[in-house]
Amino acid sequence: MAYAAGVDVGSTQTKAVIINEDREIIARALIDTGANVVAAAENAYKLAIESESLLEEEVEWVIGTGYGRYKVTFGNDQVTEISCHGRGAVHMFPDVRTVVDMGGQDTKAIHVNADGEIDDFCMNDKCAAGTGRFLGAAAAALEIPLDDLGDTALKSEKGVSISTTCTVFAESEVLAWLGKGKRVQDILWGVHQSIAKRSMGLMRRVGINGEVAFTGGVTRNSAMVKSLEDAVGQKLHISGDSHYMGALGAALFAMDHIESSREPHTQEVQS
Amino acid sequence: MTPQTNEIVGRGNKEGASLFRDWFNGLNETAKRGEGAAYVFVMGSFNEILKSFDMPVVFPEINSLQLAVRRAAGDYLNEAEDYGYSPDICGYVKADIAVQLRGGDHPMGQIPKPAMTVLTNACNTYLKWGEAWERMYEMPMVTIDVPGTRMAGGQTWEGNQDFANDRSYVKKQIEELIVVCEQVTGKKFDIDKLRDVMGHTNTVSRCWKELMDLNMSRPSVFNALTDGTIYLGVANGLRGDKAGADYFERLVEEMKYKAANGIGTLTEEEFRLIFVGVPCYPIFRRFNELFSEWKGTYVHSTYLWFASGGSNTGYQYDLSNPLDSLAEGTLISVRDAMDSMFHHDRVVEDMCKDFAIDGVVYHPIKSCRTVSTGLADGRRAFTERVGIPSLFIESDMMDQRVVAEAQMKNRADAFFEGLINRRLVETGANH
Repeated sequence: MAYAAGVDVGSTQTKAVIINEDREIIARALIDTGANVVAAAENAYKLAIESESLLEEEVEWVIGTGYGRYKVTFGNDQVTEISCHGRGAVHMFPDVRTVVDMGGQDTKAIHVNADGEIDDFCMNDKCAAGTGRFLGAAAAALEIPLDDLGDTALKSEKGVSISTTCTVFAESEVLAWLGKGKRVQDILWGVHQSIAKRSMGLMRRVGINGEVAFTGGVTRNSAMVKSLEDAVGQKLHISGDSHYMGALGAALFAMDHIESSREPHTQEVQS
Repeated sequence: MTPQTNEIVGRGNKEGASLFRDWFNGLNETAKRGEGAAYVFVMGSFNEILKSFDMPVVFPEINSLQLAVRRAAGDYLNEAEDYGYSPDICGYVKADIAVQLRGGDHPMGQIPKPAMTVLTNACNTYLKWGEAWERMYEMPMVTIDVPGTRMAGGQTWEGNQDFANDRSYVKKQIEELIVVCEQVTGKKFDIDKLRDVMGHTNTVSRCWKELMDLNMSRPSVFNALTDGTIYLGVANGLRGDKAGADYFERLVEEMKYKAANGIGTLTEEEFRLIFVGVPCYPIFRRFNELFSEWKGTYVHSTYLWFASGGSNTGYQYDLSNPLDSLAEGTLISVRDAMDSMFHHDRVVEDMCKDFAIDGVVYHPIKSCRTVSTGLADGRRAFTERVGIPSLFIESDMMDQRVVAEAQMKNRADAFFEGLINRRLVETGANH
């Protein structure tokens, strides 16, 4: 049995996934990236391997992805997280044609074909508005743990309008709404709606035709899922492994490589 | 390589750089003598009229981009912003304002002050820019209002009354420009000298068109982004000069030789690309490498269209009727440049057919909304109609503060991953 791995080194967290020849996830690991990107990649990969008591030599090919993909020094190749998220999402949800990936520092809208290949993609501009970082800024301003953001926001009855497109200014706007006596949950719901609107803008640019998958770390935020579903007007495909979608896509590309490198050998045997 | 190959291949870039340097040296000498120059812009420079009066020409847009290429722009931009200019306005303007505040100090030499300014309405910022000099130096500013295309695909030509009216309108303004030139230089207008200058421009325009067409070769004979920018410098700065005309004749000779012998650019060519917009000068070489590392070569660009000073149309002046012909050439080339901002999708579509294009890269820039505003819509229209993959990658032509190289690389990498997959599918290699 051959194994393939994908290591997704993101701005906030690093994810590692190992798959078998049936392209099933057999191991996963997630750690904070921190300042030492090389170590983060190594540690996440090591954790994944150890969780299934695998030997490193059993993993035949490793692909790095994410902004730190070139820091996966033990990897064999690199593929962008844009391709990897598209690939992973279509592998998990074959009818998906649009993928929205929300990570720590960027949000991507990706249009894919049935093979998970990228037709088009679009990303947020060089600021963090509309990304996970935007939520982080709001959480900090409201002194709410990041993990509680979604549930708190869903208690809202009437969200406020967050108009700024700047993450830094959003914090000021949040504080301004607090000063006007608005409830925390209403402000937070407004923040989520604001991000959903920006994400919709990206999705419209690549086209929404077919089913939509939501990937990345922010998928764990229930209010973000709801606000995006409200904006898109359809149920989003989300899995418990959505956070690992980039790493999964990288592992799938790695397995492609393993299989394609065997093909000539098979032909030789047959001839 | 044969001795002939050694002699001919690459000489265009060397000679272009040398001419460019000579031009700036000349400007430096003008400034040292305390003499002024005519300040002009790439979209409608009127070099023909100005050079018939022996006026040195300064292209502030070129001065500014040179600051960015030399990684000196940051200090100039900061200085202009400290002076009161907003971070949101054109980086070319701000860099030039700082050059003026520094008395013409520029890494390539001292830039002479303006004795007069000539501009067109091709760019809305030109007018405000010229007004800034007008206030600084109290010199004459001549604005030539060139009628644009009324609607997409609606250009008028000879035989149409609108065209004739537009040409007369431009001609009248050129006559007014001549009067100002006479006042500024103290020289009498010499129509035969104008004919000579226009003859040299004709050579440049003819060669430019030929040069662009030669890049249909496979492999392409020049990189439209990197090499092309050298050609643009000469086409603008030496427009109407014999040296410029000779340069382009030799350049065409070089490219013909390369095409005939299958000699491409310095990088391997797997993917043929078109660039839409203004280059990312703060990381000029690196930007190109983001594509050449994947064996992508720029074979054409809209920049070689709208920044060529009108050479791209290949328009040939009728030297027996110079003023009417100059008016007509100006009308055609300036409205063509304006079309590049508003109707570029059609031309890009034509380029794709002629140049066997694999992908199109759209590069909107933060500090020029004029050229960037329509790119997203244009790209969408192009994609729906043509279906060739495209990349939308935003940065700036001057301001390194809004150039995020890591993010640009990420997008470029993903673009090529898509191109490679597409090619594998087309060739059936992945099935």
